[in-house]
Formats: sequence, C-alpha cells, structure tokens
Amino acid sequence: MNLCEFMVPEAFVPHLEGTKRDDIIRELVNGLAQAGAIKTENIEDIILRLIDREKQGSTGIGKGIAVPHIKHPSVARIVGTIGCSRAGVDFASLDKAPVFSVLLLLSPPDNPDRHLEAMESLFGHLQRDMFRKFLRQADSRETLVDLIQEADESNSSPRKK
Amino acid sequence: MGPQPTAERVIEIRSSEGLHMRPAMRFVQRASSFASSVSLIKGDLTVDGKSIMQVTMLAATKGTQIRLCTKGPDAVEAADVLAELLAHETSETPTN
Repeated sequence: MNLCEFMVPEAFVPHLEGTKRDDIIRELVNGLAQAGAIKTENIEDIILRLIDREKQGSTGIGKGIAVPHIKHPSVARIVGTIGCSRAGVDFASLDKAPVFSVLLLLSPPDNPDRHLEAMESLFGHLQRDMFRKFLRQADSRETLVDLIQEADESNSSPRKK
Repeated sequence: MGPQPTAERVIEIRSSEGLHMRPAMRFVQRASSFASSVSLIKGDLTVDGKSIMQVTMLAATKGTQIRLCTKGPDAVEAADVLAELLAHETSETPTN
C-alpha cells in the first residue's frame, strides 16, 4: 500500500506545539478534523481512545518515532497524519528516548487486513535511517508531502505488488 | 567451537486482527530476552524478531503461516517459548 493512500497532507502538523503526549495526540486529531478526514463530533472520543490505547502499551517504538493508532467505528477508511516536534515528547517509548516524529493512524474496525497493510507500509519506510532522518528534519508541510511521495515512488518497483 | 544450535517452528496466525502491534511488541520484548538470534519469515520476507519495526512490517494477517527460526545457545528454549507466545497472542480471541 502506498502512504498517499491513507496519509492526509492537509492534516500534517510540521511544528507541534504541545510538549506532552496527550496534547500532541489532540493536535493531530484536530488537524484531521480540520482537514475534513474525520467528523468534528467524533474528535473527543477518538482522542480518548488513542490515549487509552497508549496507556495499554506505548506506541513509542524507539528511534524518535511513535505511531499512535486505533480502530474507530466512525472512520470509513484509513486516515493518517504526521506531526513533528522540535523539542521531543515523552511517549514512554521502548527506548525511553523522546519522540520527534508522530505518525497517527485511524482505521475502520471492520478491515483488520487493510489496517495491517497500512502499518506494513509505514514501518517499511520507518525502518530506513534516511526516512527517519528526513522525517525528523522536515519543517514544513511541503517537505513532509515530498517525503511521502518519494517514499511511495521508491517503493513502486521492488517486491510489493 | 561447534556450530550454533538452531530451531524452527511454524505458527499460523489465527486471530482476525492478525499480528498487530500489541502482540508484536510483546513478542519482540520476549524475543529480546534470549541470547539467540530470532527471525520471523513470511513468504520470502525475513525479519529480525527483536525489532518492533521489522515485526510490524510483516503485516501477518489471519491465516498467514509464519516461520520462526532461532540460532544461538538458547535456540531451542527460545523457539519453544516464542512459538507458544506467538500462537497465544494471535489465537482466535479478539483483542481489539
């Protein structure tokens, strides 16, 4: 799956203002609502569930990356956004280090295979040092959009159908 | 020094949610406690069982057969423990 199939560029937040996990989650969900990817009436419930999910086990996977995600009944198709923090945020990550890049994903509950495909595609890129480095350095929405596009293009030939 | 012990198990993912991030995290944390190297293989894709990024990349959906390969001094114990953990974490009970 290509990143552009679920990433919502209008929702990207290249300069996250919050310094706490829950504030960051709120900023990103608000961004998705402003971009029209989710309905305003669902914002609070989505935020609540994302935070609840983090409490069950951090999605801070190390190397400055966190991937908060839930399945939510109000979501008709997978939507994702990206936020960048200069200061770094404590996400209770595996490696205890601060998080600089947050990739948030909302999936409909009825298609777990599709959700896994989106995660596979995301993590395929996140594994690459250069992708993480550019992600961390991105300071505008345009840079993030370029990064996503380049990642998709680099992916178009090998192994994936 | 002789060759390192190796072990191999095959696990089928049975939950409809597949091998999603929470079971993957639990697997990686347990895998990391062994001295042996741990690989998970799906089709022609081999990933490091101690890396959450790589294990999540497997995107193992329901019905997928995963091969678990371990190599090192505690290979057999690691294979036994991890195969059971993986089977348990991805058994039929939904954990949304």
